[in-house]
Amino acid sequence: MTAHDVTQIILAFLAVGAMAPIVGRYLAWVFTSPRIAVERWIFRAIGSDCDREMGWREYATTLLVSNGVFFAAGYLLLWAQGHLPLNPRHLAPLTPEVTFNTAASFVTNTNWQAYAGEAQLSNFSQMVPIVFLMFVGANTGIAALVAILRGFTRAGASTVGNFWDDFFRFFVRAFLPSCLLLGLVLVWQGCPQTLATSVVAHPLEGGTQTIVMGPVASLESVKNLGTNGGGFFNANGAHPYENPTPFSNMLEFLAMMVFTSSLPFLFGRLTRRPRQGWALFAVIMVLYGGGLAVIEKSEKAPNPLLAAANVAQASSSLQSGGNTEGKEVRFGITQTSLFTNTTIAATTGAVDAAIDSMLPSSLMVTFSHMWLNEEPGGKGVGFAGLLKEAILAIFLAGLMVGRTPEFLGKKLESREIKLAALALIVTPLLVLGLTAVGVTTTVGTSTIDNPGPHGFEEVLYAFSSGNANNGSAMAGLTVSTPFYADSIAVEMLLARYLPLLPLLALAGSLARKRTHPETAGTLPTDTPLFVALLLGFMLMVGLLTFFPALMLGPILEQLSLLHGVSF
Amino acid sequence: MKKNDQIRSETVIGAVRQSFVMLNPVKLAKNPVMFIVEVGSLLTTVLAVRAAVLHTGEVLFSSVISLWLWLTLLFANFAESLAELQGKAQAESLRTTRAETFARLVVGTDVRRVSGSSLKKWDKFLLSPGEIVPTDGEIIAGVASIDESAITGESAPVIREAGGDRSGVTGGTRVLAGEITVVVAANPGETFLDRMIALVEGATRKKSPNEIALSILLIGLTLIFLLVVATLPAFASYAKVESDPVVLIALLVCLIPTTIAGLLPAIGIAGIDRAFRANVVAKSGKAVEVAGDIDLLLLDKTGTITFGNRQAVQLLPAQDVSREELARACRLASLHDPTPEGKSTLTLAESEEGLRGEAGLPERLEPVPFTPETRMSGADTSDGAYRKGSEDAIESYLGTPLPPIVREAVSGIAQSGGTPLVVVRDRKVLGVIHLKDIVKPGLTERFERLRRMGVSTVMVTGDNPLTAQAIAREAGIDDFFAKARPEDKMALIKKEQDKGRLVAMSGDGTNDAPSLAQADVALAMNSGTQAAKEAANMVDLDSDPTKIIEVVEIGKQLLITRGALTTFSVANDVAKYFAILPAMFVASFPQLGVLNIMKLSTPVSAVTSAIIFNALIIPALIPLALKGVRYRPVGAAALLRRNLLVYGLGGILVPFLGIKLIDMALTFLHFS
Repeated sequence: MTAHDVTQIILAFLAVGAMAPIVGRYLAWVFTSPRIAVERWIFRAIGSDCDREMGWREYATTLLVSNGVFFAAGYLLLWAQGHLPLNPRHLAPLTPEVTFNTAASFVTNTNWQAYAGEAQLSNFSQMVPIVFLMFVGANTGIAALVAILRGFTRAGASTVGNFWDDFFRFFVRAFLPSCLLLGLVLVWQGCPQTLATSVVAHPLEGGTQTIVMGPVASLESVKNLGTNGGGFFNANGAHPYENPTPFSNMLEFLAMMVFTSSLPFLFGRLTRRPRQGWALFAVIMVLYGGGLAVIEKSEKAPNPLLAAANVAQASSSLQSGGNTEGKEVRFGITQTSLFTNTTIAATTGAVDAAIDSMLPSSLMVTFSHMWLNEEPGGKGVGFAGLLKEAILAIFLAGLMVGRTPEFLGKKLESREIKLAALALIVTPLLVLGLTAVGVTTTVGTSTIDNPGPHGFEEVLYAFSSGNANNGSAMAGLTVSTPFYADSIAVEMLLARYLPLLPLLALAGSLARKRTHPETAGTLPTDTPLFVALLLGFMLMVGLLTFFPALMLGPILEQLSLLHGVSF
Repeated sequence: MKKNDQIRSETVIGAVRQSFVMLNPVKLAKNPVMFIVEVGSLLTTVLAVRAAVLHTGEVLFSSVISLWLWLTLLFANFAESLAELQGKAQAESLRTTRAETFARLVVGTDVRRVSGSSLKKWDKFLLSPGEIVPTDGEIIAGVASIDESAITGESAPVIREAGGDRSGVTGGTRVLAGEITVVVAANPGETFLDRMIALVEGATRKKSPNEIALSILLIGLTLIFLLVVATLPAFASYAKVESDPVVLIALLVCLIPTTIAGLLPAIGIAGIDRAFRANVVAKSGKAVEVAGDIDLLLLDKTGTITFGNRQAVQLLPAQDVSREELARACRLASLHDPTPEGKSTLTLAESEEGLRGEAGLPERLEPVPFTPETRMSGADTSDGAYRKGSEDAIESYLGTPLPPIVREAVSGIAQSGGTPLVVVRDRKVLGVIHLKDIVKPGLTERFERLRRMGVSTVMVTGDNPLTAQAIAREAGIDDFFAKARPEDKMALIKKEQDKGRLVAMSGDGTNDAPSLAQADVALAMNSGTQAAKEAANMVDLDSDPTKIIEVVEIGKQLLITRGALTTFSVANDVAKYFAILPAMFVASFPQLGVLNIMKLSTPVSAVTSAIIFNALIIPALIPLALKGVRYRPVGAAALLRRNLLVYGLGGILVPFLGIKLIDMALTFLHFS
């Protein structure tokens, strides 16, 4: 690694470390202060009584029904693309399975793309159904998290808040303003923001070239701030219109982290335990940083196959060195590693390099991030997942201090464990189950591009990404077939709502309980020891669940690579 | 009580027999993890037989795996049976003492001789000296001295009498003196001992709340591992590797938390049993468990923290009075005082004066006993009239205020929490006796232990705040509640519970009963009233109110043992993966050989070693499950650090070593 690489990484961490506590504080204000005028107008307009507190069941029902309506609206608008305005290119509607997949994908904050952005969607479709679903998907995640956090802040309460209140507070005071700001900055950096559909270029070699464009900057800002993913163009996030400069690359990286990394501090503020916020932030950053270290090291190292062919791959001032296949030269290895690690860890899914071309050891990191999905994970749901892991870890090890385990004064009893365990099982069920179907049926294996473990990874990646509501694709697998489009669509919906329901129920159960005062006999949950315990638990359970898949995928491929075998 | 600290051979033989009986799948179904092991054992047995008949596959390998799977089940069953039989043996040893008793039943005006076991609740019977108490009951008339050594091991007889808070008698004890009438407290089969025996027997034992929560987590983990193993053949087939069902079953059994699932019932029973060894009969497993969660301990001052009577500790002479003169006055004034205060004054005076018994007594001595009217006691002698009494009693006796120096001594004693008694002779003030509540030895250290575990202590007393504070400080109690009436205790418990704290207390009187029922953990004294015993969730056979501290520690130890063995069990899985997974795939992908970090000799030996380790770890941990992990009062953070290191890190490392050793042994035996 050169000094430049180190500086970039340190700057990135400093930026996140400085930003997260401040944004967390701001969000705490958003959710606890009186309503501002805009919010009052919205509530008056929609005629909803947002002062009425909801129990967890009503909260969950409202969340599900509203998301169902969002999904249906998105589906209809995409389906009717041919009859809607701003479609001068007369693009046809998507196939039914891809429409279903896309609506499911964007409402669940996955933003997996079974379609090719600029080639298949009109500017109207990009601006209305896609951006609308991006907004509501991210908002829903944050609202759900705030309700879950109330489980810890309340005692003897039968309610967990009002869904619409939480939904619009975040939208009005945090999400929308930040999107507007980032959109403008991206326009300044060179992102197009226009209703025109294309521009004709006259390249030096003569002739003309038609380059598609549209309202890119606005979509890009929502895409990154909402950890959505699902870019305007089919290529990937390194497209010069999506990501024109290294500065925009850095901004997009920070946009992905800004809200997700601040959630531990929101938690710390709301529970009045700032140290607890720092402890959970530390857990996130250790996993995040560990992943970054492995990707950076793997991609910087020479490819063993090329090394055997005597190719100079060392990093120097004249060349970036390392594994440059599938990477954008403008960004280099370190910017790409930072971006990739962040986009996977924060479940954005917008990549600026080809995941398929990364070394298997880097792929191990992307898999681990998607399976744990909590470092920091998607908008709201990632941190909610981390709280679930904390509850299970505290229960398992907390008994060893000789008390019924407690988390922030709430006793963890059979109901809590049942709900947390239910949420824990969803990931292995969907990822392992669907991958097993994918690699053993003809409909699944027929569209795999590569043989051996690499082909296995492609299927595993698709289902891991769908389950994580991540949306990044490894490529190498054709996923627009009915089998993959439908199965991944259903998977995204299940992965989004199945764990969320038990976690909301958990919040309902915790809010009802009384809060026990802490004593010297209570397990401390804001110490380095606790950070180590939680990390150990997460890695252990993750490893035990996915080690066989990891072994037959990236581990086998990496070991084969060292023996000169590639797939 | 006879303590069965050693495991007797008949208990072991009984447990072995019981282990086979418990293979009944209907019984095993209540433990889903072990039920899966049983299904796996049956499947491998079928596969082994099929291999033998059809000459397909490895007969020896399948048979060996099948054998060890059955052994895994038997070891787990053995752990539960052993704990159960041990507890039962303890309780039975008590029950036999009351086998052949008879009772003189009161029917109307008649008295009939009936068998002790035929007595029903509310029956009344008579007891005379020398008779064995046939069943638990409460004295409704008379007073008796009773030898309770059969149940408490304490040889000194105790006084039990009707009407007070010490009216309970227990079956199996013997009346030494006195005639009493007793009403039966419980129907046959429902006494505390019967309940205790039922509790350790699996049939009636209900899982405690924490045990249920842990079982849910174990089932959750088991489901995950089922998914892992069920999808593995699909992944393998894509890699063109065929999976051996025997190896898959072995992998499943290794991964699911068999160690803790097998030992979990034994840990629970052993906890109740440990309480019983401390002579505490718990009415439910939950009661012992909740004891570990206690935040606050309510303790009565009298009888619990102090010996219950004030003792003279110092004599303070007035101006121009010698120590000898005061000591002599005290001796004469207390010679015929039967109260504990009087006796201790006499002892102190004799040691100060150096005279005992009849020595140096005046010719004429007429005792003046204490009366509520005078509130003084003493003696009229040929030397003069000696009196001792409280400050105001003496002042009204003298008709003048006390001299300033004496007044100063009196208020000094009162401020230190003691009780001053003023001594006079013929209206001359000689000095002051300092009476003091004596704190039981060793309590301060125990309270300190509790404090380090986050349990705070509150002393409840009817004394004035000044006295209460002094005693609380001396005993190392965190807080006190002075001038308390019985109903205040209840209010205090409710107030603390509303703050989210769990409260424990011990008590014996009928007026304690509501508080005992309200408290989260309530220990009743066996000597106490039936109402108190009914309201409490534990009964102490030794009738020692400080036993509650021990109960808290037993509860904590129970939870620690459960947590430690769960952590250990789950941590074990890492090594088993590194044994079995390379073994499954190394033939097709030699590159995966690097994952065989234990360098196990062959795939067959690797799988076999893992499954043998998985089985043997259960009996290896039985002693720990029964005895419990050592409890250290060092605070939660330190305890967690230590236990995580021992059972978490140890749990990861030990199986690597164990599996390697078993592999070496198998290689030596040419099984590979």
